[in-house]
Amino acid sequence: MDVLGSFALILALLTAGYAFFAGIVGIKTRNPLAIRSARRAGLAMFPLVSLAVGTLVYAFFTNNFSLAYVAEHSSLHLPPFYKFAALWSGQEGSLLFWTWLLSIYAFAVLFVNRRKHPELMPYVGMVMAGVEFFFLLLNNFAANPYSILGVVSASGGIHVVAQANGQGLNPLLQYPEMVIHPPMLYLGYTGMTVPFAFALGALLARYPGEKWIHLTRRWMMLAWLFLGCGILLGAHWAYAVLGWGGYWEWDPVENASLMPWLTGTAFLHSVMMQEKRGMLRVWNVWLVFASFLLSILGTFLTRSGVVSSVHAFAQSSIGPWFVSFLVFVVLVCVVAYVKNRDYLRSDNQLDSIVSRESSFLFNNLVLLAAAFAVLWGTLFPVISEAVQGSKISVGPPFFNRVNVPIALFLLLLTGVGPLLAWRKTSLESLRRNFAWPMAGGIAAGVLAYSFGYRELYALVCMVLGVFVVLTVASEFLRGAQVIRSHSGLNFFQSIGRLAMRNTRRYGGYVVHLGIVLVFVGIAGQAFNQQKKMDLPPGSQASIGPYTLYCQNFDTANGPNYTAERATIEVFRGGRPAMMLFPERRFFPDSGVTETMVSIHSTLAHDLYVVYSGPNPQTNLPVIHAYLNPLVKWIWLGGLVMVLGTLLAMLPSRGSAPPGRPEGSGPSAGAVADTESRARSRVLEGAR
Amino acid sequence: MSARVKFALGAVIIVATLGWLGWVGATESKTYYHTLSELTALQGSARLQRMRVSGYVKEGSIQRLGNQVDFVLAEQGRTLPVSYVGSDPLPDTFYEKNAQALVQGRLDRSGKFVATQVEAKCASKYVAAPASAPAGAPQTGATVPQTAH
Repeated sequence: MDVLGSFALILALLTAGYAFFAGIVGIKTRNPLAIRSARRAGLAMFPLVSLAVGTLVYAFFTNNFSLAYVAEHSSLHLPPFYKFAALWSGQEGSLLFWTWLLSIYAFAVLFVNRRKHPELMPYVGMVMAGVEFFFLLLNNFAANPYSILGVVSASGGIHVVAQANGQGLNPLLQYPEMVIHPPMLYLGYTGMTVPFAFALGALLARYPGEKWIHLTRRWMMLAWLFLGCGILLGAHWAYAVLGWGGYWEWDPVENASLMPWLTGTAFLHSVMMQEKRGMLRVWNVWLVFASFLLSILGTFLTRSGVVSSVHAFAQSSIGPWFVSFLVFVVLVCVVAYVKNRDYLRSDNQLDSIVSRESSFLFNNLVLLAAAFAVLWGTLFPVISEAVQGSKISVGPPFFNRVNVPIALFLLLLTGVGPLLAWRKTSLESLRRNFAWPMAGGIAAGVLAYSFGYRELYALVCMVLGVFVVLTVASEFLRGAQVIRSHSGLNFFQSIGRLAMRNTRRYGGYVVHLGIVLVFVGIAGQAFNQQKKMDLPPGSQASIGPYTLYCQNFDTANGPNYTAERATIEVFRGGRPAMMLFPERRFFPDSGVTETMVSIHSTLAHDLYVVYSGPNPQTNLPVIHAYLNPLVKWIWLGGLVMVLGTLLAMLPSRGSAPPGRPEGSGPSAGAVADTESRARSRVLEGAR
Repeated sequence: MSARVKFALGAVIIVATLGWLGWVGATESKTYYHTLSELTALQGSARLQRMRVSGYVKEGSIQRLGNQVDFVLAEQGRTLPVSYVGSDPLPDTFYEKNAQALVQGRLDRSGKFVATQVEAKCASKYVAAPASAPAGAPQTGATVPQTAH
């Protein structure tokens, strides 16, 4: 079976190579046969890579421990659920997984657009095949998942030596979320290839009109959604599994996933400038390029350990491959841009500093500053070693000092931007739109201050958060009012109809509400408490409003581990509130012990309890308890963001005249609908 | 003043502020990475910087004294006494045989390393291949430790 897998990988490599070169030939000669055959080769990558992935999964499920990858990442006792997840738990498998996801995207893009955009699609297919080709090179030559364990016999032949049992999956990865977090993140990383292919393709083809930017935007939104989900799931995993009480530590791998998300966010905003006003074309193209490059860099940082190698652990061999590929892509982008830059000329200029345009410009400026700061901080050890010869790393204080003010400024823009008119906004309309929301925000701030919450950033976050929620609410109310007076629908129906008329606009607002929730949750950090104590059975300790009473310690057996478990009864206000069972699990296959956190989560705060093992001095069990306010808001906010993004991806209904092409941006759908009537008061400043 | 000039001005102010904040944050948290042998060669002010040092936890050297944990870090024959004063519990893998640890903190006057943070790494869960396996056997990636991410 593993021979079949290797063979499928080689065949996939040849097919991707063919799709790439035949694509170039087809574009140069405009030969329809070459174009068609390149597209079919592009489609064929998917079944071939699927075959390779399928055989590896099969090897996991049949416990084929003659394959090095299976022996290292699985064992006889690993639950089937995790045997599947083991596919992407190591370098070779996760790179294969990358290739496979990209082949799915390529298939989807080529299939959906098979009869559309005949001038553009050959370029798109060519770019995607090129990227896929690179990853298949890695799969075949640098990180082959089908390496077998063997020994050389006396006669010089190689014997396959299967191990009796594998070494098991890293226990940290044996957690349900680990089965969805990496695929989400990878769908985000690989998904960035699609907008990149459209943008680069349109630039190379000098594709007329703004159609390509709509296509780019849609695919960017999908990749951005997956990436965001991946980041949040990763944060939640770190919180629920790693047992240090936090969810984000500005670790290189975390940073790697945040950077393309930031540039993607910038693009999703600035794209409106291009659609509405024909501005920022160059900027947008480079944002897409940057997002793609950062997602490749992210894959590289995650897989190669180039930055975390300050820990002096083994480096992998894929570094040079990735660096060469990044350099190559940058060169292609620069050349494509220089040759076609006249194609990207702007139609308009900035008219006023108080306008929608300038709010987008500031939004982009600080998002890019954030991405740059994260990049700089992440690569600082590499840069400082190259410049000064000594490895210097910067820690969370650096990232927080730069990014917290940026985040708050963005929160302000989130409230202000959508209510500013294009071109120019009058002072009068500013006052009318912002007086009440701002007053509400300040009132909330004063209230919080008087209750003793006096952390500066947390307070500012509170004020701005309330401000944003009020502006968004006023937008919904105003629009719904108009629909109600026209149609006689009830309030909730009106809201529904309003959202469906311009899904993009109102989906965006919902995403903004989600962001507010996430920010509030993060601001809660300022009030974290923690306590570490010896807690033998029969003793108690208190943290915040809770009293922890340790009932006893026992052992429990799982499918592939044994656990030491503390039974802790939690009282609140003298009454029993709940039971918590923090554990330490020992995994014999890998010889590793891990802690299992026990969390009691409410909207107000999480009680987070870790059993850290016996105190070597006193031999009493050590319990580390954290009281983390508002953490749940982060996960809820993430959910709201997902819903908002899904809403924004639906086609708008009810206002678009018949015959309108799909993917209607605001230029197509928004201008005509009632919401613009509702806003006509706001827009008075514009001519 | 045209809108573009105003925007440029705003941009300069924002970028300068962020640059300053970044500089402050970097000075606050910048940490030099040294190997044990480099550490002994350090002179003057370089010895006072915050740094990260990695090595193996010497077997049997872990001692707990109240809220402080003392141990010895060793690498290639050189040793460094460390006092851990942080509040986070030490990771499980720290207590295992041949544990590798990365400590962060500063040297005190006596040459003892006062660590505020200790990260431990299991020496990768890779178990050596059967003794008969020659070095050249195809085991691509077998020695690459897994990252949890």
